[in-house]
Amino acid sequence: MITIDRLSKRFDRRAVLDELTLSIDAGDRIALIGSNGAGKTTLFRCLLGHYGHEGRVGFDGSAGQRRDAGALARVAFVPQLPPPLRMPVGELLTFAEKGAGADPALMRDIAGKMGIDLDEVKKRPFYRLSGGQKQKILVTVALGRNADLMIFDEPSANLDPAARAVFIDLLAARTDASMLIASHRLEEVAPLVNRVIEMDRGRVVLDDSVADRLRAGDFRRAEIEISAPHEPFARALEGWGFVTDASGLRFSGPVPAAETFRFLGVLARHGSLIERLSLEEVPQAAPEKVN
Amino acid sequence: MNAMSSDPLFPQGGDRIAARKSGAVPRTGLGLVMRLELSESLRSRWFHFYSIVVVGLMLLLITTGISESRVLGFTGLSRLLVTYIQIAMAVLPLFIVVSTARSMVGDREAGNLEYMLSFPVTLRVWYWGRFLARLVLVLSPVLLALGLAAVYGLVRGHSVPWWHFGLYSGLVAALAACFLGIGFLVSSISRSTEVALGASLLIWLTLVALLDLLLLAILIQQHFIPEFVIGIALANPLQAFRTASMILFDPQLILLGPASYVILDHFGVTGYVAWAMAYPTALGLVLAALGYWRFSRTDLV
Repeated sequence: MITIDRLSKRFDRRAVLDELTLSIDAGDRIALIGSNGAGKTTLFRCLLGHYGHEGRVGFDGSAGQRRDAGALARVAFVPQLPPPLRMPVGELLTFAEKGAGADPALMRDIAGKMGIDLDEVKKRPFYRLSGGQKQKILVTVALGRNADLMIFDEPSANLDPAARAVFIDLLAARTDASMLIASHRLEEVAPLVNRVIEMDRGRVVLDDSVADRLRAGDFRRAEIEISAPHEPFARALEGWGFVTDASGLRFSGPVPAAETFRFLGVLARHGSLIERLSLEEVPQAAPEKVN
Repeated sequence: MNAMSSDPLFPQGGDRIAARKSGAVPRTGLGLVMRLELSESLRSRWFHFYSIVVVGLMLLLITTGISESRVLGFTGLSRLLVTYIQIAMAVLPLFIVVSTARSMVGDREAGNLEYMLSFPVTLRVWYWGRFLARLVLVLSPVLLALGLAAVYGLVRGHSVPWWHFGLYSGLVAALAACFLGIGFLVSSISRSTEVALGASLLIWLTLVALLDLLLLAILIQQHFIPEFVIGIALANPLQAFRTASMILFDPQLILLGPASYVILDHFGVTGYVAWAMAYPTALGLVLAALGYWRFSRTDLV
């Protein structure tokens, strides 16, 4: 769907994107990770035509002109920081509907799921909403659009845990669109994605495709040792079908290969407890109990 | 992955979207961008203040009874219009250039541009839609003020000089287009609101300084050739507006002195009024086009 060929972007001679080459296919749901300054937001801005750049960005084999409104009609975007738009929320939704084909009924549904009553906020200036409300409205607009690619730049940064969970569910439900999600919380978006791309200094340093490497039916065997007994951690692993020894410190069990990111997400929440961890591929061993 | 299957919470969303996939590609049109800019500006304080000043000036002139006074044989609405248009020349360009120069660069700094330009809108539609909307906005209060003057004249039984109303409206529109073009160019070039504000003020001050008869006198005193001095005056859109507004009630340009011979010999009254309308409009459009060229070729955010 999108071909990025030797994309470079420099600011004051410093390369923020350095001959980055990448392709995004229909159905790809990508977690884009990397430290601050890795080039994630710059990549998004190049994709959206906000930045001039060297190299080529092409949508479905197009000539790769910098800004193509036809291509943008297929892309929905949620920025890292909500813009301080002065227009009322209702006007923004109308703009999205008339200018980008967003479905008003669908936006109403989505906003409702996220705990926003559009009738209540439609006359309020967008910039007067709380950070979380703004983010929810932007997510509502993006998900209400008929987009083939959704670009989210740290989309859940302003959301409370409950709204974050609903947001993840909403993204999971949008099976018809590809996604490119920049997030510092890999564990959060891990259940959504089938590909992880890590960027560092403007280059792709990891492009891990779950579809290729972690085929359905394959399993990995995990062995974990923690520093002290921890009931919530034990319960979490029990849910994955893990067994524990008498000390309550060592756990072992199967991890479906396709669920690896989600499993690592669970471990990440208890990272400080973990003394030792191994994860070995067992291609043919189908365990008796799986999550 | 299990999470990628349709969520039971939202079984309709994906299907509904999928059903619409075959529809026409949405595109943000000129009308929508103009409507957005109009409503955005109608809410802004600069527009409220500008409207109050422009309409308030006319009301002030009406209430002070200036139409009843007589200067150089002029009285009634003609006198009112001449006074109003001379004051408008001082207010209008400053308001337009300062508020416009800050608009796009301000949106860029705030992050509004990043979000709004992620919608399927071409840069051409975005830029010129905003330009046209702003032109409508800056002209509306002036036309309202002129309309108020006409109503006042009719009520008071003055003869209404409709021809002058039309010409003054045209001159104001030309001046507005010119300073709008300057503002859009400054906004496209500047990387911060402070720079845009400073640059717009500097341009306005320069044009006002070149308007000053004293400055022109110094230029002549320094033995610049008269054609050069007159060229500066003709190239200054403020001067073009000022002279044209004078020529409408003083066709011999007695107030202007010897320079009037050059104007009347080369242009004539009709020719100069046409110049004063066409030149600032063309200048504004060229500068706005330069701004668009710059806007479309540099980083947008």
